[in-house]
Amino acid sequence: MAYDKFNILTSTVVPLPAENVDTDQIIPARFLKATEREGFGDNLFRDWRYDVEGNPKKDFVLNNPTYSGKILLSGKNFGSGSSREHAVWAIYDYGFRAVVSSFFADIFKNNCLNIGVLPVTISAEFAEVLFKAVDADPKTEVEIDIDKQTITLLSTGEFESFDINSYKKENMKNGFDDIDYLLNIKDEIAAFAENR
Amino acid sequence: MEKNTLFDKIWDSHVVRSVPNGPDVFFIDKHFIHEVTSPVAFLNLEKRGIGVLHPDRTVGTPDHNVPTVDQDKTIKDKLSRMQVERLRENCQRYGIELHDLGSDHHGIVHVIGPELGITQPGMTIVCGDSHTSTHGAFGAIAFGIGTSEVEMVLATQCIMQTKAKKMRITVDGELGSGVTSKDIILYIIAKISAAGATGYFVEYAGSAIRSLSMEARMTICNMSIEMGARGGLIAPDETTFAYLKGKQYAPKGEAWDKTVAYWKTLKTDEGAIFDKEYAFDAADIEPMITYGTNPGMGIKIKGNIPTTEGMEGSNKISYLKSLEYMGFAPGEPIKGKKVDYVFVGSCTNGRIEDIRSVAAFVKGKQKAANITAWIVPGSREVEKMAHEEGLVKILEDAGFELRQPGCSACLAMNDDKIPSGKYAVSTSNRNFEGRQGPGARTLLASPLTVAAVAVTGVIADPREVF
Repeated sequence: MAYDKFNILTSTVVPLPAENVDTDQIIPARFLKATEREGFGDNLFRDWRYDVEGNPKKDFVLNNPTYSGKILLSGKNFGSGSSREHAVWAIYDYGFRAVVSSFFADIFKNNCLNIGVLPVTISAEFAEVLFKAVDADPKTEVEIDIDKQTITLLSTGEFESFDINSYKKENMKNGFDDIDYLLNIKDEIAAFAENR
Repeated sequence: MEKNTLFDKIWDSHVVRSVPNGPDVFFIDKHFIHEVTSPVAFLNLEKRGIGVLHPDRTVGTPDHNVPTVDQDKTIKDKLSRMQVERLRENCQRYGIELHDLGSDHHGIVHVIGPELGITQPGMTIVCGDSHTSTHGAFGAIAFGIGTSEVEMVLATQCIMQTKAKKMRITVDGELGSGVTSKDIILYIIAKISAAGATGYFVEYAGSAIRSLSMEARMTICNMSIEMGARGGLIAPDETTFAYLKGKQYAPKGEAWDKTVAYWKTLKTDEGAIFDKEYAFDAADIEPMITYGTNPGMGIKIKGNIPTTEGMEGSNKISYLKSLEYMGFAPGEPIKGKKVDYVFVGSCTNGRIEDIRSVAAFVKGKQKAANITAWIVPGSREVEKMAHEEGLVKILEDAGFELRQPGCSACLAMNDDKIPSGKYAVSTSNRNFEGRQGPGARTLLASPLTVAAVAVTGVIADPREVF
């Protein structure tokens, strides 16, 4: 369904340097039982965020008031494993609009683009620069400009370009999803199906 | 003439149109749905005021959250019950074939699709589940999708995806005794890492792959996603045709001959180019087991857990965090470690051949006293065969508990959870933190290895247990 348009996002950053963060960590399977898309943000990183009694774990970044923002900065191979879109719903519902990593798992990246979370792939070197900058100053702001396809560390002006195909870019800028596109070419699809 | 891979041939013939500098509009032949990733898709269709375009191309079954006991009774867990009821309502409302709990062909979606002959060579198959790659064993392009895409398929029978790059993994030679297809795939993932095939669609080839049964091939394709691949496939051959012949949804009579003639064309052309190739020697593969918290962290059972030599920075931190979760130390042997649970089941290894292999191994033996042993057939059909072949009696005599079909302890959405801190050697596909229950420690292995662990109570090499 439609989501908020994405243009220029300027925000502080929440750092999560772990590698191979799979979607079972982002949202464990036992929280996938809803029949509506509501409340998933509460269970984002559930087992890293809360102990078995439901008390917040102090050492986890989402429980650290020093860090906040709409950009999640993560280690490489983010979003591997299960195809559950619920993982991206949890990220979006929690308040993130972009996830930045040097490497994303395929299905996760697709799911992000389908619901309006921007996956930004940067070099491992630039990821290191960002982690260090946020570590040194948690108020550090990063700007993501989807039109220019750039991500910039505002304190120093260092930036990198990222890839996104022009179709998905237009979708993100306008808050469109693929169904809008597919429904518009209904007849062409019907003709194709007819010949199969 | 242009040389194409099998993947190219199937992909290209399903492209409705290519969006310039964008994805392909990709036509889907078969769509499987289950109770967990479909309800929001149906809800959105309703909000948009549109229906299901080709209900005959979608098949449903509840598998992820269902209990594996008392399936004839009302599901106790309210949220699980609601999801299953919603699936029933949606299938009924839109005229979608449903293999419901208790029906003859209920089971894990990736077990029943092939079993019924719905899965066929040359098809494009999707499901809101990453292990949809299983169906690639038949020479189909099959992969997992998100709920937004489930909605797209229901509404338009298409999704929008960019074509993946192509990888071929060739395994030649003969497998040693005690080495199974699960060991092949755990070996490959350990070699190329849990992210090593991200962005690629894999074709498995070579004499060792050709020698495998359809069920063994499914185990391999099933775990393609565990190295990051979009999916994995194996060209169809006589083994494939023999498996499908006579299956409920397979073509019959004249149509069969015509279809098989087409299926025979489904192979990679000699000289076709892949973006990446790997080749492995089957003789180097031995019984494997994982020791960490992603499926790439696997070793030969006779081996030691890797040391941190050569690791640095976040890589080393992540590695040590993983071992800490598992309660293991770098450099120590894995063999002999005490185990608490064994689980035989899942879309990876919940088929009849898997149950046969466990039963043959434990026949006349007893499980160790410290082990709780669960065996969960992948479908009602598998369960029925296990009874008819006398396997259930053998397993129960050995102390195994047979449960009813479902995804069960593979992802622990139902009550089949491994308690926190306990060790489970499992035939499933993921050893992520908490995958089998909060705090659970999972080691992935073949059904044969699991059988050896069950009778010894510790991590054991099946070639050394008699």
